[in-house]
Amino acid sequence: MTTKSPEATTGQKLIQGVTGPWEIVIGLEVHAQVSSNSKLFSGAATEFGAAPNSQVSLVDAAMPGMLPVINKYCVEQAVRTGLGLEAQINNYSVFDRKNYFYPDLPQGYQISQYLQPIVGEGTVLLDMPDGKTVEIGIERLHLEQDAGKSIHDMHPQHSLVDLNRSGVALMEIVSKPDIRSSEEAGLYVTKLRSILRYLGTCDGNMEQGSMRADVNVSVRRPGEELGTRCEIKNMNSIRFIRAAIEYEARRQVDVIEEGGTITQETLLYDTANGVTRSMRSKEEAHDYRYFPDPDLLPLELDQSWVDEIRLSLPELPDQKKKRFIDDLGLSPYDASVLVADRERAAYFETVAEGRDGKLASNWVTSDLFGALKKSNLDVTESPVSAEALGRLIDLISDNTISGKIAKQVFEIMFAEGGEAADIVEARGLRQVTDSGAIEAVVDDIIAANPEKAAEVATKPKALGWFVGQVMKATQGKANPQAVNEILKKKLGG
Amino acid sequence: MSVDQDTVRRIAKLSRIAIKEEQVEPMTGELNGILAWVEQLREVNTDGVPPLTSVVEAKLSMREDVITDGGIPKDVTRNAPETEDGFFVVPKVME
Repeated sequence: MTTKSPEATTGQKLIQGVTGPWEIVIGLEVHAQVSSNSKLFSGAATEFGAAPNSQVSLVDAAMPGMLPVINKYCVEQAVRTGLGLEAQINNYSVFDRKNYFYPDLPQGYQISQYLQPIVGEGTVLLDMPDGKTVEIGIERLHLEQDAGKSIHDMHPQHSLVDLNRSGVALMEIVSKPDIRSSEEAGLYVTKLRSILRYLGTCDGNMEQGSMRADVNVSVRRPGEELGTRCEIKNMNSIRFIRAAIEYEARRQVDVIEEGGTITQETLLYDTANGVTRSMRSKEEAHDYRYFPDPDLLPLELDQSWVDEIRLSLPELPDQKKKRFIDDLGLSPYDASVLVADRERAAYFETVAEGRDGKLASNWVTSDLFGALKKSNLDVTESPVSAEALGRLIDLISDNTISGKIAKQVFEIMFAEGGEAADIVEARGLRQVTDSGAIEAVVDDIIAANPEKAAEVATKPKALGWFVGQVMKATQGKANPQAVNEILKKKLGG
Repeated sequence: MSVDQDTVRRIAKLSRIAIKEEQVEPMTGELNGILAWVEQLREVNTDGVPPLTSVVEAKLSMREDVITDGGIPKDVTRNAPETEDGFFVVPKVME
């Protein structure tokens, strides 16, 4: 698997400045919305896109005297996610108040976890395109409330506030500063999203804001102390995360090389112009004055409950990938393509059930995914079910049809639906394996092309022309192996 | 522990509480009075005593994940000085 020298790989990640190479150091804080029906501390609904302030309880609106009561399911999902990240689960954790003032935060503080989070250190593995694996450390995962939403562009003089999101449960997943390139950052978010979706703890919908990332970027000379970092807030697209890192790292290198220094600050990425901009107003607010929330007792977990949750974990992408490689003989690349998405993996497993894994993988990754991509469909919307594709593959395996004809049948199934066996029968696509029938065709073609037939003795490649003619005459239905054998017997070569 | 006048101005700003300049000095005195009073707790020896999280022997109670609340947008926005189409209307805040 190791194809490149370490120098070549690290060399790729460094950015070249006027004064020499620089290394990018990246850490990510991903906010993942827990897929729960109700909020972390209130019984109001969490569904996306409801009418303004219609999913708000008096707890979420921070009316005086209202008290938070924690949602057990949300706690379970945080534990589940922690276990999925192979992280330490802290059976004793504490909720704190993070104090800041903003119109969409009616409490004046966010209930979060500061010194004692529910989940400690863990690991995420990245599958690099060159087949290598990069390990990214997880620092912690904690539970916290989301804020409401401010809308600035609907009214000329005012901002509008909708508290529907206020109090929705978030898991903040903090990575260690182990990420060294925009590519790794993109793969990290992709992998984290995949794990969360396998676990079912977050739907991973970045467009709807179910997953958002704050990206910390700094640069340094390779091997030296960490540089001053800047934080790019609230990114909800992997493409923009990558672009923002590229821009920001280059900006920092330019500042330092021109003799300046980097000031720690909070930035926003301007997607229209592809640049990062300072968010000065947030600077002063960085004094959060955390203290334990007196409305909430510490969160204590029974080890037996944690064990129960562990037993209910599904097979995760890394384990699945390993099984696909070890047991089904897939290449690491195909295996990672198949496991990246839970639904795709499930589809493939149905097709591969009781069949040749590699053959199933080829059909799913190239024919099916190709056709889906062309029609802009998700695997769950595939017009050809996994079972039906499996039965098509069976027809190749038992020599009813050739692989080439199978592709034709697949196209018909994809476009018009139907069962492979019926299509083969109705259209007379059954492969001709009867050597007598093939021989008759071969004889006709040789008789009609005596000069070509003579060529085969000196130019063995000319045999291929005959194969083509026979296939054409039989509309591709002749078994190619049988055709080859008969031709060789008759013409030599 | 005590606070100076700059700290009082800073806390007021972070809390979005408008205080007049002539209030800063008396406020500093009042806050320091409270702090000194609370400081008396330091006289108690707490070596080896774990932090107390509650005076009652209680565990954090949890609720099931069911929707039992919400659907009261008019109540939620009732005290707002201004509303529009169900939203709270606030002074323009832009990043």
